[in-house]
Amino acid sequence: MDFNDTPEEAAFRAEVRGWLDANATRIDPNETGSYEMFSENDGDDVVKQAQAWQAKKADAGWACITWPKEYGGRGGTIMENIIFSQEERNYHTPQNIFGIGLGMAGPTVMAHGTPEQKAKYLPSLLRGERIWCQLFSEPAAGSDLAGLTTRAERDGDDWIINGQKVWTSGAHYSKTGIIVTRSDFNAPKHKGLTYFIVDMEAEGVDVRPIKQMTGGANFNEVFFTNVRIPDADRLDEVGNGWAVSITTLMNERMSIGSGFALGPDRIFEEFNRLAQNTYVDGIPAVENHAVRAKIAELYSRMKAMELTSNRVLSSISQGKAPGTESAVIKLAMGALNQEIAAFGMELQGNLGTEHGPQSVFNNGLFQEVYLGIPAMRIAGGSDEVQRNVIAERELGIPQETRVDKGIPFKDIPSAASR
Amino acid sequence: MEFGYSEEQKMLDESIRRFVNSEVPLDRIRELVLEGTGYDEKIWSGLAELGVLGVLIPEEFGGAGMGFLDATIIQESLGYVVAPAPFLGTSIMAPTAILAAGSDDQKNKWLPEISSGNLKVGLGLTEVTGARENAGVSFSGGKANGKAMFVIDGECADGYILAAGKDTLVWVAAGAAGLTKTRLNTVDNTRGVVELVLDGVEAELIGTQGGEAAAVQKTVDAGRTALAADLLGTSQRMLERAVEYAKERKQFNRVIASFQGLKHTCADMAANLEPCRAMVWYAAHCQQEIADEATLLACQVKSHLSEVSTPIANDTTLVHGGMGFTDLMGLHFWFKRIGLSRQLLGSPEAVREEAAVLQGWVAA
Ligand SMILES: Cc1cc2nc3c(=O)[nH]c(=O)nc-3n(C[C@H](O)[C@H](O)[C@H](O)COP(=O)(O)OP(=O)(O)OC[C@H]3O[C@@H](n4cnc5c(N)ncnc54)[C@H](O)[C@@H]3O)c2cc1C
Repeated sequence: MDFNDTPEEAAFRAEVRGWLDANATRIDPNETGSYEMFSENDGDDVVKQAQAWQAKKADAGWACITWPKEYGGRGGTIMENIIFSQEERNYHTPQNIFGIGLGMAGPTVMAHGTPEQKAKYLPSLLRGERIWCQLFSEPAAGSDLAGLTTRAERDGDDWIINGQKVWTSGAHYSKTGIIVTRSDFNAPKHKGLTYFIVDMEAEGVDVRPIKQMTGGANFNEVFFTNVRIPDADRLDEVGNGWAVSITTLMNERMSIGSGFALGPDRIFEEFNRLAQNTYVDGIPAVENHAVRAKIAELYSRMKAMELTSNRVLSSISQGKAPGTESAVIKLAMGALNQEIAAFGMELQGNLGTEHGPQSVFNNGLFQEVYLGIPAMRIAGGSDEVQRNVIAERELGIPQETRVDKGIPFKDIPSAASR
Repeated sequence: MEFGYSEEQKMLDESIRRFVNSEVPLDRIRELVLEGTGYDEKIWSGLAELGVLGVLIPEEFGGAGMGFLDATIIQESLGYVVAPAPFLGTSIMAPTAILAAGSDDQKNKWLPEISSGNLKVGLGLTEVTGARENAGVSFSGGKANGKAMFVIDGECADGYILAAGKDTLVWVAAGAAGLTKTRLNTVDNTRGVVELVLDGVEAELIGTQGGEAAAVQKTVDAGRTALAADLLGTSQRMLERAVEYAKERKQFNRVIASFQGLKHTCADMAANLEPCRAMVWYAAHCQQEIADEATLLACQVKSHLSEVSTPIANDTTLVHGGMGFTDLMGLHFWFKRIGLSRQLLGSPEAVREEAAVLQGWVAA
């Protein structure tokens, strides 16, 4: 084991820094950055700025470091990717709205797509030209995703899609979607699913925003009425949609667990800044033993998470599929972020209830986390679902008795009627 | 010993519940939160008709002459429906301050008006509970100067009771010359919290200058105890909604409540919340009957309810899955009210520290 940059890595880091210095502004460590979580971030400007930055990175070969060059990537290593992200987060960059495309759809297309599909979809995805969304959840199929009933019927070279999806983040600005459908109601639950890439501008796709508790409307209901998808846009075999979905979900867990969180160093800086400027018993909070101990505790727990996610990335780089560690990370991150938010608000006293970037401390960062965390504990599989994954896949504990296995989907009690 | 409500208290509880359940529907909350004043004419006049606005005010001043436990019964119900109503400031904290420090003239002037619902009062004591640099109010020569940071129920108030330092209380009329009011955007908008800047504002001393430390403390204690009751109601409603939803929503061909993981989440919430009730009752009792313990219990009940309520807010949202995060479900009004109540008049750690000092574990 070796945690120092190798000479090549050090050279790579220097190159990254050089490019970032030339193309972005470094964050002043004494200033608080802004932070938004599941809030409304879909203004045209936000999308355009994000796309411009992504294209700039793509031109310089930084967009998807580990992806093959033929799709616009760099053909680089996971380590190089980590180095780039470590460096990039020290600069002001536009909001990243490509998480679903780059973190979930891309890897799925890479794993299950034909060469034609990869050539067709990956380059514009990587450049941020086409934003992607994930059309999995349905009103009656959330945790029980495999219970979905959006119907796909074959019609010549096309498929015809009818049904409803829900909670689709970013559907309103996405041009492309990944969608799981039921193509065979006579097959057992997990065997009758088929996975497609869908053009969100196709006729019959109707996107309606859902207002969130935070006030914004970043997720949507999406209705499909006789939407045609060419068979050429089917990912993997007919009836193999569950396996493809699992690839997406494993990548999703990884990106929610690590992506939506502030790294340990950022957390530490924010707490440090806060504790310098708030008071406990008339002395700066940072001089209070209990405050320091708590910040140190939160830091070390966050550090353990960061290291674990790096370890997972390192094992992925050696060709292993992401395993149940991503469930562990996602589960722990939810609880940890909740504590971070609560303690951050605590230190501010009454002012810890102010909301919005005009807040006195940290631009309201801790309050933003407080309001956003419930979503983090639900999106991408709830805490309970992660616990089941850990218990059943990692620890080998038997599943609960289930009535929905091994019989045709249409015969499962209550399934057909939904 | 009789550890529970009297017959009259049971009736009060029932009538206030009936009122809030019919008069404070979710759709109305949604509108009121957008207005953000923490006040609704109809709710307020309904409470006045029920005769509860003067719950702590003796009959001789037009009040109902009830006790502190009765006041928490009302506050709990308001929390249960997250009612935008300035009850905490107007009917609990203001009468406590005026009765403790005010002259007979002042009592005659303000208390009947409070009882009838004509006078709403904002409370600015947070300098006492969480002073910050460049905040604080000073009083001399009949004028108040400075900044009152987190004035509870201030947006709709007709007058303010402000602490100048830790031992002086003053009255300032809303709209007085030199007074600037700014509404604070907080995580919760069922309460209208404001910041006041005072530039030579005419102010009336309540009690004596420098002599009202005990009255200030009593007012803080009353506020904290009432906030604990509010949290109890808010959390109780969240728990009920979690259970209702879990018993209806199906996944994997069964109701989600039948999954032990979720069943235990609900049971834990209930197990954590149930003991809070006795604590709120006892703390309320102490406010009136056991002076020695009043401050200590106010600290303990406020910090404890805050700690118990936070995970209830989170877990109830989680039980609702994606629905929990929508505006439509409206759960977030409860989630956010808990977030605000937790911090008001001292966040849990700060208040616990006070409790530790009171118990003599550390020197003050
Ligand atoms: C902000 C946000 C963004 C989202 N974005 C997307 C998106 O882009 N695309 C997409 O497809 N979906 C998205 N989702 C949907 C998300 O994946 C689902 O909300 C999630 O899978 C839960 O499903 P549900 O909402 O139907 O809740 P339910 O499945 O009904 O869950 C309700 C409760 O039951 C519990 N539960 C369910 N099953 C079990 C069990 N077996 N054992 C114990 N407890 C159980 C859950 O833990 C939860 O507490 C998003 C959700 C949120 C909140």
